[in-house]
Amino acid sequence: MPIKVGIPRTLLYYYYFPMWKVFFEALGAEVVLSPPSTKRLLAEGLKNAVDEVCLPIKLTFGHVLDLAAKADLIFLPRIVSIEKKEYICPKFLGLPDMIRNLKGLPPLIDVNVNMYRNKSGAYIAAQEAGRFITSNHFKIWNAYRQARKVQKKYFRLLQLGLMPSEAMAVMEDRVRNEHLPEPQDINVVLIGHPYNIYDSYISMNIIKRLRSMGATVLTAEHVPEKIYKKCAACLPKKLFWTLGQHMIGAALYYLNRHDVSGMVHVAAFGCGPDSMTGDLIERYARAAGMPFLNLTIDEHTGEAGIVTRLEAFLDMVMWKKAIII
Amino acid sequence: MRATFPHMGNLYISIKAMLQYLGVDVVIPPPSSKKTLALGVKYSPEFACLPLKLNLGNFIEARELGADTIIMAGGCGPCRFGYYAQIEHAILKDLGYEMELIVLEPPERHASELMVKIRHISGSRSWWQVYQAVRFGFQKARTVDDLEMNVFYTRPRELTQGNADAAYQEALKLIDLASNPAELKESRSKAAMIMKRVAMDEKKPVLKVGVIGEIYTLLDPFSNQDIERRLGSLGVEVNRSIYLSEWINDHIFLGLAKGLRSKKEACSAAHPYLRHFVGGHGQETVGSAVNYARAGYDGLIQVFPFTCMPEIVAESILPVMSKDYSIPVLTLIMDEHTGEAGLMTRLEAFVDLLDRRKTVKEAL
Ligand code: SF4
Ligand code: SF4
Repeated sequence: MPIKVGIPRTLLYYYYFPMWKVFFEALGAEVVLSPPSTKRLLAEGLKNAVDEVCLPIKLTFGHVLDLAAKADLIFLPRIVSIEKKEYICPKFLGLPDMIRNLKGLPPLIDVNVNMYRNKSGAYIAAQEAGRFITSNHFKIWNAYRQARKVQKKYFRLLQLGLMPSEAMAVMEDRVRNEHLPEPQDINVVLIGHPYNIYDSYISMNIIKRLRSMGATVLTAEHVPEKIYKKCAACLPKKLFWTLGQHMIGAALYYLNRHDVSGMVHVAAFGCGPDSMTGDLIERYARAAGMPFLNLTIDEHTGEAGIVTRLEAFLDMVMWKKAIII
Repeated sequence: MRATFPHMGNLYISIKAMLQYLGVDVVIPPPSSKKTLALGVKYSPEFACLPLKLNLGNFIEARELGADTIIMAGGCGPCRFGYYAQIEHAILKDLGYEMELIVLEPPERHASELMVKIRHISGSRSWWQVYQAVRFGFQKARTVDDLEMNVFYTRPRELTQGNADAAYQEALKLIDLASNPAELKESRSKAAMIMKRVAMDEKKPVLKVGVIGEIYTLLDPFSNQDIERRLGSLGVEVNRSIYLSEWINDHIFLGLAKGLRSKKEACSAAHPYLRHFVGGHGQETVGSAVNYARAGYDGLIQVFPFTCMPEIVAESILPVMSKDYSIPVLTLIMDEHTGEAGLMTRLEAFVDLLDRRKTVKEAL
């Protein structure tokens, strides 16, 4: 019986799942993924997390608890840093410690992923994680190499304009051809933490909704690293949050593109980084005359309200575009 | 140049001492008030943390008094403070307030990096003068901290309510007025005399509470609704997990001054519960909690601003520690809506609980 490694479908799942999956499978483990977020999973999270934590972290509690009965180990790394001299968020730094004490959990693969000083942090983390499954160093090295290759391919697909779920479907051969999203009447940029905008439960299906309202949705993940980093470099001081820098850099890039008609920012209620980066993005958008909508979501946000605001926003954007043409 | 800087409790005493020693023209913002907060709230992002809002209010009020340059500390993450100065500057600019911004980033390797920047602010002063000025500011910080510790002890034991605070304010003013190290030495002994004159009941049994949490809300009575004074009046002797001079020593002097509590102690005590730093003072909060529990304190109060990330991590972890050491923890979250009445009720209820626990323990 292979060891079952549980991976919660939250947080950086949207960036790294293809890599993690290949890595653990190459080591001979079976990967168990928690189901897409639901009300029930969130309810579990709400019961076990303190009130003050943000929605995505509460949801992570729910996902981890869901995996408790299904997996022998749960992969919950402490992601300190994925770029030189940058961090993600204090809550990522404390995540394994916040979750460790929940009842009935199997052991956590809570290795530190720390590339603050240099990139070799990634391989060190892989080695430590691998040792939970095997003591064969060569096997770990090989698995890591395969995983990196897959990751490159995945990021390339994202940059082609696919959303994470679409790119993963391609990677897993669930669709034949990568059909790129059809161009629509207007281009709308959707900016937010990946685990907020791509989790269709948290975001209330915002991508699908925008598309069905006739918009092509562009996100930060579609912008190549070189470009968003260059754009983010014009900030008065380098932003030390990797995801925040990615979001601001991409927003600045899109603000300069003439075929973009509007920008929607999704923030989690009480999110620290969003309160700062969102404010900056809004200031830049206003200065550029870009229609801007800020949606703050938490566990009480009603779907109806969001839909109404989105519709009103898109109407305004289309109307504005019609006048200009 | 007319320089200003944000308030944080008694911080202004040290900064002012240092800058004036260097001959810099300083504008101290009016003490933080409801008006300061209202200004800050009006122009800040809604979910920015409380210190940012108060900083902004301070700057706007200081500008009305003629300040044209802001001196602000920096940081390199992961918590928001490291980007405060830039956001605040962007907001002021959008308001049409052109103020110059000088950010003092924390030294990475050696305290001398900071000296270079301070010298720059002072214009043409000699290195020796810069060194003396920094030393003078630090001495003031230590003197103020000693005074604060003194009043923590005196308040719950005073015979006439209010005496301790009156003496504390008087002593604080003396320290603030000292304009050179010699004067400061004199003020220090005078301050000690003033505090000694407060009549106390030394035998009175008091409860001991450790106040832990985020640095700004710990050090700034306006932002924490004066909880230290309130606890004192309820007969509680408090101790605080962070004092200004310790913070300066850890972050600016990188541990050069000896004989102070250091963050290393707190962080190693946190280890079983929180094994990594999480930015801000999150790990220190958990570690200090452990240290206070071991030292036999009766209870702990964690204070932090609404949405403060490192402290939310600590808050999530404290319940386990609280159970292991069987020590009650009260969490107080501060924002612009925190009301005085509600806070007092919660403090009273908590002190009652500690009192009863203590009585039961002593009866056994
Ligand atoms: S970045 Fe924001 S949403 Fe993400 S974990 Fe941190 S506080 Fe929560
Ligand atoms: S420690 Fe908390 S209050 Fe201070 S800047 Fe960081 S998040 Fe804000």
